[in-house]
Amino acid sequence: MEGVIDGAFADPVMQSQSVFRALMDALANPGTMRKLPVPRAIGTSMIPELVSTLLTLSDHDTSIWLDEVLRSEPANVQFASFHTGAPMVAEPGRAAFAFVHSAEAMPPLDQFNPGTQDYPDRSTTIVLAVPSLSGGPALSLRGPGMKDEVHISPSGLPGDFVGQWEINRALFPRGVDLLLVADGHVMGLPRTTRIAEGQ
Amino acid sequence: MYVAVKGGEAAISNAHALLADRRRGDRNVPALRLDQIVEQLGLAVDRAMGEGSLYDKELAALALLQARGDLIEAIFLVRAYRTTLPRFGYSRPVDTGAMLIERRISATFKDLPGGQMLGPTFDYTHRLLDPNIVGDEVPQPVIRAAEPERAPRVTDMLGQQGLMEPDGDTDPEGEVGDLTREPLDFPLDRDLRLQALARGDEGFLLALGYSTQRGYGRSHPFVGEIRIGEVEVEFDVPELGFAVSLGRIRVTECQMVNQFKGSAKVPPQFTRGYGLVFGQAERKAMAMSLVDRALRARELGEDIVAPAQDEEFVISHSDNVQATGFVEHLKLPHYVDFQAELDLIRRMRAEHEAKEALE
Amino acid sequence: MQTQTSFDNGGRKAALDVLAGAPARALAELWDGWADKPEHSKVRGPEVGLVMVRGRAGGGGVPFNLGEATVSRTSVRIVTGEAGHGYCLGRDLAKAEVIAVIDALWQRDAASVEAGIIEPLRRLAAAVDGKRLEETAATRVDFFTMVRGDN
Repeated sequence: MEGVIDGAFADPVMQSQSVFRALMDALANPGTMRKLPVPRAIGTSMIPELVSTLLTLSDHDTSIWLDEVLRSEPANVQFASFHTGAPMVAEPGRAAFAFVHSAEAMPPLDQFNPGTQDYPDRSTTIVLAVPSLSGGPALSLRGPGMKDEVHISPSGLPGDFVGQWEINRALFPRGVDLLLVADGHVMGLPRTTRIAEGQ
Repeated sequence: MYVAVKGGEAAISNAHALLADRRRGDRNVPALRLDQIVEQLGLAVDRAMGEGSLYDKELAALALLQARGDLIEAIFLVRAYRTTLPRFGYSRPVDTGAMLIERRISATFKDLPGGQMLGPTFDYTHRLLDPNIVGDEVPQPVIRAAEPERAPRVTDMLGQQGLMEPDGDTDPEGEVGDLTREPLDFPLDRDLRLQALARGDEGFLLALGYSTQRGYGRSHPFVGEIRIGEVEVEFDVPELGFAVSLGRIRVTECQMVNQFKGSAKVPPQFTRGYGLVFGQAERKAMAMSLVDRALRARELGEDIVAPAQDEEFVISHSDNVQATGFVEHLKLPHYVDFQAELDLIRRMRAEHEAKEALE
Repeated sequence: MQTQTSFDNGGRKAALDVLAGAPARALAELWDGWADKPEHSKVRGPEVGLVMVRGRAGGGGVPFNLGEATVSRTSVRIVTGEAGHGYCLGRDLAKAEVIAVIDALWQRDAASVEAGIIEPLRRLAAAVDGKRLEETAATRVDFFTMVRGDN
């Protein structure tokens, strides 16, 4: 049934293309912040950055997973289904895209789908909302898309994030990709990025 | 091996301008409108829709116009267009038993509930070219009082006597294969085979169907029923919570009935091949049903001895867009490959001549 | 939102079925003549997409994917708050939008919509189908069997 359906992009084609461009740039340039267009009015309690990535990435052919808290609100489920048509899955391991509203609601990375050797592209892309993309513990990044080292300090990552990420990176070409969103911006951490604590 | 070859840009651009000119032809002749193509070249439109695997008459007409009437090129254009659109979902299976019938014939039963209706058929025409049809005014068709009458599928009637294999149980939870979403992985189930055949090349399937009649995997076919007409497309709309009709589409259905002498598990009975195609496409639907039946050899425990029974052979080569892509890619520059081949031939020739000189 | 399902879904479905099947021109003419068109905002679309049409092997067996069809759809909300959804085959966005507005209106005042739009369209469809049926019936074969041989 319809339920909560208002508050998607006013101009779906242009806005979702701008969001897609931002996500692509974020993943191509790990650790950099990209401006993320968001819808003006929001029909759900999801933060605007999650809504705009959800509307842009998901469609009838992509399975999506919302974290337990997001999923427990019918308005979120109705909104996502109505505007994307994406099948909603209960296990993160079956999701093409996962949307998580906080680190507390985030399952360990190995619960998501890492893809297969033959089809590594079938892995889960996780969109995680964090309190801020700066002001947290310092991390240094290395890998494709970066000249030398890139330094970031997002706040509110899961406790043992660096350790989990190391395991994820070792699966290459398999592995999940991560998008961090906050304050109208997105930062990409593709599976190829090496992350170390400190400067 | 391919090498990047530059320098053709101006030639390509001019060739496209020339193509546009030749497509338009003599400017003194009025340009075709899409509605003229839809209305007056309807079966070409239907074929472009069927093998383009996209039901939209105007798009198919546009494709035909742009392709200068080259059907496979038009089908290619339709296939390319469909990739630009989002998928809303899957319809409920159409109910051909509830069709608004425009043609219905059976070669196995004379007296059918609902009757035999010839409809707009080429059958019984003399195949003599008729110059009088050009620009003529056609009288309105004859009408005859009729009440809507349920026309049960012929195969359902025989099925009630236990002599016809049933449609088979369907698993309501079973996933329906979709070759537009997952690459084909042989062996296939019947759902994927039927999808591939429905969009397969009419000429290829016709030739294969013909081969089964000529003895290459003989299946003793009879036309149980052919029906052409419109069916409702019902779609479950999540936000409504119920299914609505999106409108009607025209389809052609062929039920081919085949003698089957039985196997260890199954008593002698009639088996069936099935054809279902967009639009009015009787030859295609018949060919599809012959090939569908031939491809059921494995399932029915028959020996696989003929090309039409070889699933991998048939389905891998039935798609004319795939086939044309691979055949036509031979036009692309192969200069380096050919240089290598040339060197090889020269060396072999030199060795050959040296050997001859010794003898 | 579950409280709203006390609507007569059967009636709403029947109306939507008629609207989707209606010729675009006939629908547009009836809608042009509708005096009291509500203001509406678009909630989703209008957009064109694809629905994969399914058939069944043998007519009643396993479902399979026959091929896709273009479909237009729009969802709107009219000033009085009702949401309406329009779906129809083809790429006629204006038709899908009109259907969505009429669907919303139907929930507010089914009787008027039925009388002013749905019934006329239903009669038109019956006339068109009836003519098609009669044209086809004229090609019906009336078999008669000739007796051959002496006995």
